[in-house]
Amino acid sequence: MAAPTLAHYLILAAMLFAISVVGIFLNRKNVLILLMAIELMLLAVNLNFVAFSHHLGDMTGQVFVFFILTVAAAESAIGLAILVLLFRNVGSIDVEDLGQLKG
Amino acid sequence: MKTELNAILPEIAVLVSACVILIADLFVPQAKRHVSFWLTQFALLATIWIVVATAQVAPVRAFSGMVVDDMLSDVLKLFALVAVSLMLFYSRAYLMARGLFRGEMFVLTLFALLGMMVMMSAGSFLTVYLGLELMSLSLYALVAMQRDSSAPSEAAMKYFVLGALASGMLLYGVSMIYGATGSVDLDRVAEATLGGQGNRTLLAFGLVFVVSGIAFKLGVVPYHMWVPDVYHGAPTAVTLLIGTAPKLAAFAFTLRVLAGALKGLEFDWQGMLVVLALLSMVLGNLVAIAQSNIKRMLAYSTIANMGFMLMGFLAADLNGYSAALFYTVAYVLTSLASFGVVLLLSREGFEADLIEDFRGLNRRSPWWAFIMLLVMFSLAGVPPTLGFYAKFAVLEAAVNQGFVWLAVVAVLTSVVGAFYYLRIVKLMYFDDPVDDSPIVARGDARALLSANGIALLVLGILPQYLMGLCTLAVTQSYF
Repeated sequence: MAAPTLAHYLILAAMLFAISVVGIFLNRKNVLILLMAIELMLLAVNLNFVAFSHHLGDMTGQVFVFFILTVAAAESAIGLAILVLLFRNVGSIDVEDLGQLKG
Repeated sequence: MKTELNAILPEIAVLVSACVILIADLFVPQAKRHVSFWLTQFALLATIWIVVATAQVAPVRAFSGMVVDDMLSDVLKLFALVAVSLMLFYSRAYLMARGLFRGEMFVLTLFALLGMMVMMSAGSFLTVYLGLELMSLSLYALVAMQRDSSAPSEAAMKYFVLGALASGMLLYGVSMIYGATGSVDLDRVAEATLGGQGNRTLLAFGLVFVVSGIAFKLGVVPYHMWVPDVYHGAPTAVTLLIGTAPKLAAFAFTLRVLAGALKGLEFDWQGMLVVLALLSMVLGNLVAIAQSNIKRMLAYSTIANMGFMLMGFLAADLNGYSAALFYTVAYVLTSLASFGVVLLLSREGFEADLIEDFRGLNRRSPWWAFIMLLVMFSLAGVPPTLGFYAKFAVLEAAVNQGFVWLAVVAVLTSVVGAFYYLRIVKLMYFDDPVDDSPIVARGDARALLSANGIALLVLGILPQYLMGLCTLAVTQSYF
């Protein structure tokens, strides 16, 4: 069994990224799933950074990952706060119920 | 060390004042909230002074190249600071009438401004990303500030999801560029791409994602879905903020990343920008005609205007970048005045956000009708207003680089655009008012909005000073 190479990691990250983008666009049900998809997207990026960092023997990529993780935490906090607000005002967190603004 | 700190002195000033106002505001009773307002204005004024006092022609790279302090960042910061200060003056009465005149408003605005300033002087993809996120996260919260209403919550949710998607795309692109060049420093990426190093496939892959991220933040087609909903749903004061200063930050972001770091891939991104510019101008101008809400109409107008700006950008020479910078500044000044008038006409329980609300404005107040006329002429590109010269400079730059057919499309779509701008002028001057209530506004807002409107005319007649400043800024950093 050969050790995984850079290409394996990149393909895995690309698959995770694709799943998250499809998740955002195809999801017609719950807004929470959108938040999960966003997290998955950032984690796919992190995997990419770490794989390249290891491959290049350069620490910058791994440092970048720490920043992304921190910002992702702040992002989720704000996203969930908006979600609570949305539930209070609209009474639902279904994507289909977000139809008040259009044109 | 001293020069390094000097390079980020304006950011330090904004950060410290945001923290001070955050704490000080806790001890201010609601009736005396104007204390926080004036503290914020003072902080903005002091930062303007710092930017001017530390301005120097030669670019300075500080903190291992993470931060760049050059003429470009100084000019952009100056206009962003002025835009934020005017936004607070214009929206004061609006915020008070809706219970939004609170400390969080000022603190979040300052943090958003800090994010923009970090983006403007970013020297590395890491700084670009951190600035972008600081700006975006503050703006998401600002959109959701009106907690008891469903439209702002929906707008905030849409803005959040699409903004996070854009950041994800951008980061994915950055990771590819990092993989290909081994650095996230903009200068070193530029060296690598110009020198033809790095895996071309990886770089091209990264470029596509980075351009998508940029297009999302600029709000150009096909990444424009958030713009109309956010402009429409957010409180008008926040719409004014989103429609002005962040455009300057997005311009800096585009210039630093595409013209700076990815200069070696110029041919590739030019092709992408042609498509983005073309689609934005066509779709923005056509869909704007069908709108009955003025905030939504101005949102589609933003999409069209950003497409027009990209047309100058994709000329990718000194004239092109200067014209694009000039266009962005002109657009920001015009946008400030347009939303300023909407804020001026609104009052408690009345948003003044329908196009119908402008009917017969000339009978109610000839002066504000005249200011709105200047704004609409500037957006439509009628001489001698600022918008005319901005459009002219961009068209000239594009034609000089051989994008004649694109320039022809731009002119044709601008003619379509003139229809919906001039429709507002027609409603103001030739129709009878449906609502005769007097227009009440604070003295400072009146004076500044008048000055803002007149500036559109004066700068349109004498554009050479502003153009000279834009050319100098771009020359110092990129030529």
